[in-house]
Amino acid sequence: MESTQQHSITLERMVDLFETNRKVLSSNDTALLAGIRDKAFTLFGSLGFPHTRMEAWRNTDLKESLGLGYDYYFHPLPEADIQKVFRCNIPNLDTAIIGQLNGWYVSKDVPLMELGNGIIMGSLAEAKKKYPTLVEKYYNLSTNDVSDVFTAMNTAFEQDGVFIFVPQGVKSPKPVQLINVIHHQDNIFMQSRNLIVIGDNASLSLVHCDDSYNQQASFSNLVSEVFLGENAFLDHYKLQNLNNNSTLISASYFKLEAGANLESHYLSLNGGLIRNNIQVLFNGVHGNANIFGLYLMDRKQHIDNQVFVDHAFSDCTSNEIFKGVLDENARGVFNGHVLVRRNSTKTDARQTNKNILLTDTARINSQPFLEIYNDDVKCAHGSSTGQLDPEAMFYLRQRGISEESARMLLMFAFAEEIVGKIAIPQLRQRIEDMVKKRLQGELRICEQCVLHCSTPNHPLDFKIDLSKI
Amino acid sequence: MDTDSNKIIDEVTQGDYKYGFVTDIETEFAPRGITEETVRYISTKKNEPGFMLEFRLKAFRHWLTMTQPKWAHLTIDPINFQDIIYFAAPKKKENLEKLDQVDPELLATFNKLGISLEEQKKMTGVAVDAVMDSVSVKTTFSETLSKYGIIFCSFSEAVQKHPDLIKQYMGSVVPYTDNYFAALNSAVFSDGSFCYIPKGVRCPIELSTYFRINAANTGQFERTLIVAEEGAYVSYMEGCTAPQRDENQLHAAIVEIVAMKDAEVKYSTVQNWYPGDKNGKGGIYNFVTKRGICKGNNAKISWTQVETGSSITWKYPGCILLGDNSVGEFYSVAVTNNHQQADTGSKMIHLGKNTRSIIISKGISAGKGQNSYRGLVKVTKNAINSRNYSQCDSLLLGSQCGAHTFPYIQVGNKSSVVEHEATTSKISEDQLFYCQQRGIDTESAIGLIVNGYAKEVLKQLPMEFAVEAQKLLSISLEGSVG
Amino acid sequence: MLLSIKNLHASINGKEILKGVNLEVNNGEIHAIMGPNGTGKSTLASVIAGRDVFETTSGEILYKGKNLQKLSIEERACEGIFLGFQYPVEIPGVSMTNFMRTAVNEIRKYKGLDALSGSEFIKLMEEKKKLVEITSNLTNRSVNEGFSGGEKKKNEIFQMAMLEPMLAILDETDSGLDIDALRIVANGVNKLRRPDNAFVVITHYQRLLDYIVPDFVHVLYEGKIVKSGGKELALELEDRGYDWIKKELGE
Repeated sequence: MESTQQHSITLERMVDLFETNRKVLSSNDTALLAGIRDKAFTLFGSLGFPHTRMEAWRNTDLKESLGLGYDYYFHPLPEADIQKVFRCNIPNLDTAIIGQLNGWYVSKDVPLMELGNGIIMGSLAEAKKKYPTLVEKYYNLSTNDVSDVFTAMNTAFEQDGVFIFVPQGVKSPKPVQLINVIHHQDNIFMQSRNLIVIGDNASLSLVHCDDSYNQQASFSNLVSEVFLGENAFLDHYKLQNLNNNSTLISASYFKLEAGANLESHYLSLNGGLIRNNIQVLFNGVHGNANIFGLYLMDRKQHIDNQVFVDHAFSDCTSNEIFKGVLDENARGVFNGHVLVRRNSTKTDARQTNKNILLTDTARINSQPFLEIYNDDVKCAHGSSTGQLDPEAMFYLRQRGISEESARMLLMFAFAEEIVGKIAIPQLRQRIEDMVKKRLQGELRICEQCVLHCSTPNHPLDFKIDLSKI
Repeated sequence: MDTDSNKIIDEVTQGDYKYGFVTDIETEFAPRGITEETVRYISTKKNEPGFMLEFRLKAFRHWLTMTQPKWAHLTIDPINFQDIIYFAAPKKKENLEKLDQVDPELLATFNKLGISLEEQKKMTGVAVDAVMDSVSVKTTFSETLSKYGIIFCSFSEAVQKHPDLIKQYMGSVVPYTDNYFAALNSAVFSDGSFCYIPKGVRCPIELSTYFRINAANTGQFERTLIVAEEGAYVSYMEGCTAPQRDENQLHAAIVEIVAMKDAEVKYSTVQNWYPGDKNGKGGIYNFVTKRGICKGNNAKISWTQVETGSSITWKYPGCILLGDNSVGEFYSVAVTNNHQQADTGSKMIHLGKNTRSIIISKGISAGKGQNSYRGLVKVTKNAINSRNYSQCDSLLLGSQCGAHTFPYIQVGNKSSVVEHEATTSKISEDQLFYCQQRGIDTESAIGLIVNGYAKEVLKQLPMEFAVEAQKLLSISLEGSVG
Repeated sequence: MLLSIKNLHASINGKEILKGVNLEVNNGEIHAIMGPNGTGKSTLASVIAGRDVFETTSGEILYKGKNLQKLSIEERACEGIFLGFQYPVEIPGVSMTNFMRTAVNEIRKYKGLDALSGSEFIKLMEEKKKLVEITSNLTNRSVNEGFSGGEKKKNEIFQMAMLEPMLAILDETDSGLDIDALRIVANGVNKLRRPDNAFVVITHYQRLLDYIVPDFVHVLYEGKIVKSGGKELALELEDRGYDWIKKELGE
């Protein structure tokens, strides 16, 4: 097993790793894919790691994260306790579960499932071998022109991840739950790649979780490419619940053909440093994208959401709402960027970022950008940061509700705007519980992941009963 | 919108620049280009004390280590800084104590611009410091003002007569290290205005500086410094024009404002430098650093700007709110037509407790104009209970222009409230139709609507300026609105 | 005595609004406070409820013989003080049910009572809705969000019915109501009236007092109660306006 032990992440180390392991890395590549990998490696080498003097990174400093020592593996680790790791899921929710351990598809015996309705789900590495033409058709399409160092590094190094293909006209009957658990006895650096293709008029509901199993430090560099065909629909959830020593760089590239509809939810509940790089490209008319985000951070946690929406075609609508509560020494960054190109008439784009700071040591940087080259548009953005509404506080307390409960009620209401948009009822219920627990400071690194109700017999205890009557 | 109104828009936005004439006046130039020698030449020419030369040289040496910033949303042809003449002055007679000793050509120039330098014509009740190319040619009303202890004179005069004040405050708000253009200005600035309002004095009249670029191939680098002592008040206006020339000309200015406890300074600008022609040829490159500091408690600084000129505008008038309860305001209307580009906005830095700031920005883009709002609101950890409200609206006239909004918001404590809102829209066809149905032609209707759109800002201007600004707004959009 | 206000001075941001208010309210009484705009009526209500943006500079408020000064907003509420707001705030994301259930149970806890179960609570809510003639479904709506002006005011009365206060202060509850809504609001108050509780009704207009008959009417002017009388004072004010009072005061 090639592995390199406990080194910090530097350009030199990565270049060295690539060159000495080039053969292993490319073992599943077609000629075309190998070419893409080499090109990405060159780009990665020329870009180097970011620093805070770069505009896109001025508010997120990776020095400390990159500086830790990490193991790097070119093979999946033994799956000894995999049964334990994936033992439960969302209560009462029937999902198709796909597991990843440290980024590697947990194959058990079936590396690639082919369902009766034509849906293919499983290991990307396996898909490269089994469906090379299908993979080649989409792979790197979204990331080809991107000069982002982490995406380039991912393309150069990725060896596995998840591949989902929903054929034209097929509606996936139940939600797919993709769980990536980071679990290693030492610090680990992992990169994985997902490729998700939803055909014309097809639909998919995807719950995508990133979780830590223990308190060990980790550095994850994830890239997902998501393609929505004409009139396709994707209901997408990204749940992030990693430990405080983790760094997660997560890029998602959504490409929407005409009439496609994307609902995406980024729920960041815990993590040391999280950077979400969300790119939405309208590649046809009449597309719609709703991108919602909720982040609840405390201690020295850092959340950075970069959201870029490219209105490259007419008649598309987009709506971004990102909301955050920052406690203790937490730091939040929101950088939204809506681009309306010259000929994209009848564009309707909205962008909102709202934050609540609970202490004088929490910080937020909010940068909601609009770049508009067409006059036939409706665009608006807003950003607000502040405390809980004092009028509402007074009203609640006048009705006899204690200050503490009133604060909790209002914070929950603040989060509810995002949580309430979760379309899967069981998932919404679960997330509501998580958010309540999180806001009361009870949800530190959960024993396991968000959806792994590892302690089902330990009921959630709230001062306020918010359950619906 | 139908083609007819597009045509009208084109017509409306292509009004001619009325200040494009050149005055034939004898001018003294520094040699082209910039070296340490140029800096020394300027200092010698102005007979400056040692500290000034020292300041200039430090700034120049620092400038050499810097590169031109590229972060703005602007496409700028490379500037050859060695091809610019850094000092041009109308040759003046030995003694300029009396008005009749001012070159009549100069007087005529300013009269043509609608600015009277003759004290007897004090109808307007505005004291004027007129700056032609690099040099202040005449300051009016100085004597009247001196009765109140107010100093209002050219920067050069202040350097000679009030060196201590200059030494104390120059560079205290905008240090020469601040940015590329501030460093350049600090090295080569030639003149500008200086204003000092003593403790408790309310300046009885509007003060005004009028800037005019005349000579070809020259850059204009002026510097304004306003100091308002405790409890003082002053309203200050600045206007600018330049002749119509094919080549781009560089203007890099600095304005510094210091407001002590309970002082209030209101600074209004109507910027109408030559914007270049319809094809984007020529025009002023306007790189300006304007900043005020509310040093004492309850101080207030208010910036109002109407930006219609220049081919490139790069300016971010800001306030450092150091004193508790201090207030910063920024009201802006920026018009970009034809090939004009503007990247402008404000910086509000909240350091003191209970500090408040407001930003109202109205961008109007027409033709192929690119209009960007860029602003920073920073609330530090100690600036508890602070408040900012920003509203940045963009109006697009025609399908070839662009409107962009780049707010940077940083909040570092729990008790402050910061809100930013922005909308982008075009003139609604309903509004147009409504006006037309009442018998108003499209062009006038657009003028009306645009003026209404900008009203919130225009009403902040002193009366003398508001009328001019309103006219300017319509003229700059003549043939452009869509 | 239920409420006794003595020489109350209160200010906001250093500006004095109340300049020596004296008022006594006994159990079973209904008091009306009238007066021109901006004379401190709402401020008085807020100060009794304990709103912290106002600073009590001198004087005292005794409620059931206790000085209110040291009690928090919610402690006052739990002690039985209810403020019907002139402009009830909208709280998106907080459902009416959760809100009311939390309030009812916190007040019960304060009184040493057990929390209501879900079904008990629903029963109580239905009962009170009927009492105040609310037909709309509140369960799935956020607090005051998207309510019309009349609905908001009726919702205040509904909450008053739910919380059964000892002292209810209704701040211009009648403003913006049509005649039907006005009747519903007034009927609610009359139904909730008991020998042991009391109401302070702040209003601009006499018309509310056609429905809620006050025992006492006070005129608040320039931060002071300048005139008190029986219900006929309200009629006189309706007739003659406030100018004669200003004249009486020598202005």
